[in-house]
Amino acid sequence: MKRVYVNEEWCLGCHLCEYYCAFANSGKESMIDALKGETIHPRIQVEDGGEIHFAVSCRHCTEPLCVKGCISGALTIEDGVIRLKEEKCVGCYTCVLSCPYGAIMPGEGKAVQKCELCLNNTHGTPLCVQGCPNRAIVFEER
Amino acid sequence: MKRYVIIGNSTAAAGCIEGIRQSDRDGTVTVISKEPYHIYSRPLISYLMNGKTDLERMKYRPDDFYQKNRVTTILGQEAAKIDAQNQFVLLENGQGIPYDELLVATGSRPFIPPMEGIKKVEHPFTFMTLDDAKQLQQKITPDSRVLIIGAGLIGLKCAEGILGQVKKITVVDLSDRILSSILDVEGSKRVQEHLEEKGLVFYLSDSVLSFEAGSVALKSGGTVPFDILVIAVGVRPNTELVSEAGGEVNRGIVINSHCKTTLPHVYAAGDCVESFDITTGQNRVLALLPNAYLQGETAGLFMAGNEQESLPLFPMNAMGLMGLHMITAGSYEGEPMLIQDGDTYQKLFIRDGVLKGYILIGDIKRAGIYTSLIREQTPLDEIEFEQMKLHPQLIALSKQKRKQVLAQPH
Repeated sequence: MKRVYVNEEWCLGCHLCEYYCAFANSGKESMIDALKGETIHPRIQVEDGGEIHFAVSCRHCTEPLCVKGCISGALTIEDGVIRLKEEKCVGCYTCVLSCPYGAIMPGEGKAVQKCELCLNNTHGTPLCVQGCPNRAIVFEER
Repeated sequence: MKRYVIIGNSTAAAGCIEGIRQSDRDGTVTVISKEPYHIYSRPLISYLMNGKTDLERMKYRPDDFYQKNRVTTILGQEAAKIDAQNQFVLLENGQGIPYDELLVATGSRPFIPPMEGIKKVEHPFTFMTLDDAKQLQQKITPDSRVLIIGAGLIGLKCAEGILGQVKKITVVDLSDRILSSILDVEGSKRVQEHLEEKGLVFYLSDSVLSFEAGSVALKSGGTVPFDILVIAVGVRPNTELVSEAGGEVNRGIVINSHCKTTLPHVYAAGDCVESFDITTGQNRVLALLPNAYLQGETAGLFMAGNEQESLPLFPMNAMGLMGLHMITAGSYEGEPMLIQDGDTYQKLFIRDGVLKGYILIGDIKRAGIYTSLIREQTPLDEIEFEQMKLHPQLIALSKQKRKQVLAQPH
């Protein structure tokens, strides 16, 4: 299955992936409407430390602790992709407790949010990867 | 073709069904439950009370779950006995259900301590099941004064569920602090202050002297008038089916790392069992939903002959109370490392060079990275722990480990 993989040595720490993610999930048609003057809440987040930079988003694990621990059944696996049924999520944050990578976070409403490989929005393929200027994140089979 | 039988229809049962079906599509699976409902999430009953979910959305698995997994359900029927020798479960109606492999996932029940004058209370409520929630919902009115005995997870989630729908909520607990099973002293205090701001009234280090019609006299000398009583002092594992069949039981049903009881072909999982807690090295009842799922799944895998070791278990809890979130895990022994910053309270407990437990109140972001350190018992001198003391981050891991995590499938 295709996943978003990180090439850490290529990451510049520009955080563009975060902006593309926020845009992709905003439901807006242009980046300017989606992002100008807004605080963004991206589902991919870059960690920076000195010379090291890398982006972290859901790994779509084959044995996902978030899904197994979800108290409401809101997190499910569909064709290998870990999806969130937002309307079922009560925001208990058990998945935040469970995810070893810190890749699920509180959302803007009561539900959590996570990367669903842009299957949950109109883009259909990870926009963060398309926007990365340096192939520091790629969407491929490994 | 194997005949699998599961007593119970909650989290561990779902884990077991999904575990069995990973490798055995053919065997028959029968679920027996005294509750007449499609599998639902027990911890969501407080969210049902305040409208954050409803009966449809609180179903733990979709409507076609049993059908897709080819499960036969016997709902509204209680299992009365396990005949371990002849391998069948006897139902209350006298019917026998034969099994090749059995899972006991009977959960727990509220503990009702003896209390003077309790008979004078018309309907003491408990708060564990959907029926409990439905009955309580029918009884409360905007004028209700609610008395909750027990300031633990269940009592306070009940309080959250009814907050704003009743006139007054008073909580009494024997302990000198709230949530004593998951928080330390300072953490308890912080959460208590938050709940008091929301209008809850606490009587701590206190207990019931006697009930009168419409009021309670407390040991401290106070009297609290109330209309509705909720008892939430704790739970007891439902172990009787296994003990009466001759299986070993301590505080919970005794199981091995495959979730197998001491009876042949009988497994057990969830709130009814005692588990090995890696952070204390001792057996204890870990009555928590994620652990129930993992144990149920492990049992299911082994029942189907798929010998896959389970993940290490330990206490873990995520919960929000009236807008304040907390995540806790492990045990609180060892050297505490406290970080308080505005609304954030974070305490890490380190012993023998590994993280044994943590408490996060307020800012809970990426807590799972800490949980993972506990689960994997990562030696802290093998990572840049300094970079993780303030916030959980993957940057503290070695480059090789990061590559494994972020650049490889797993």
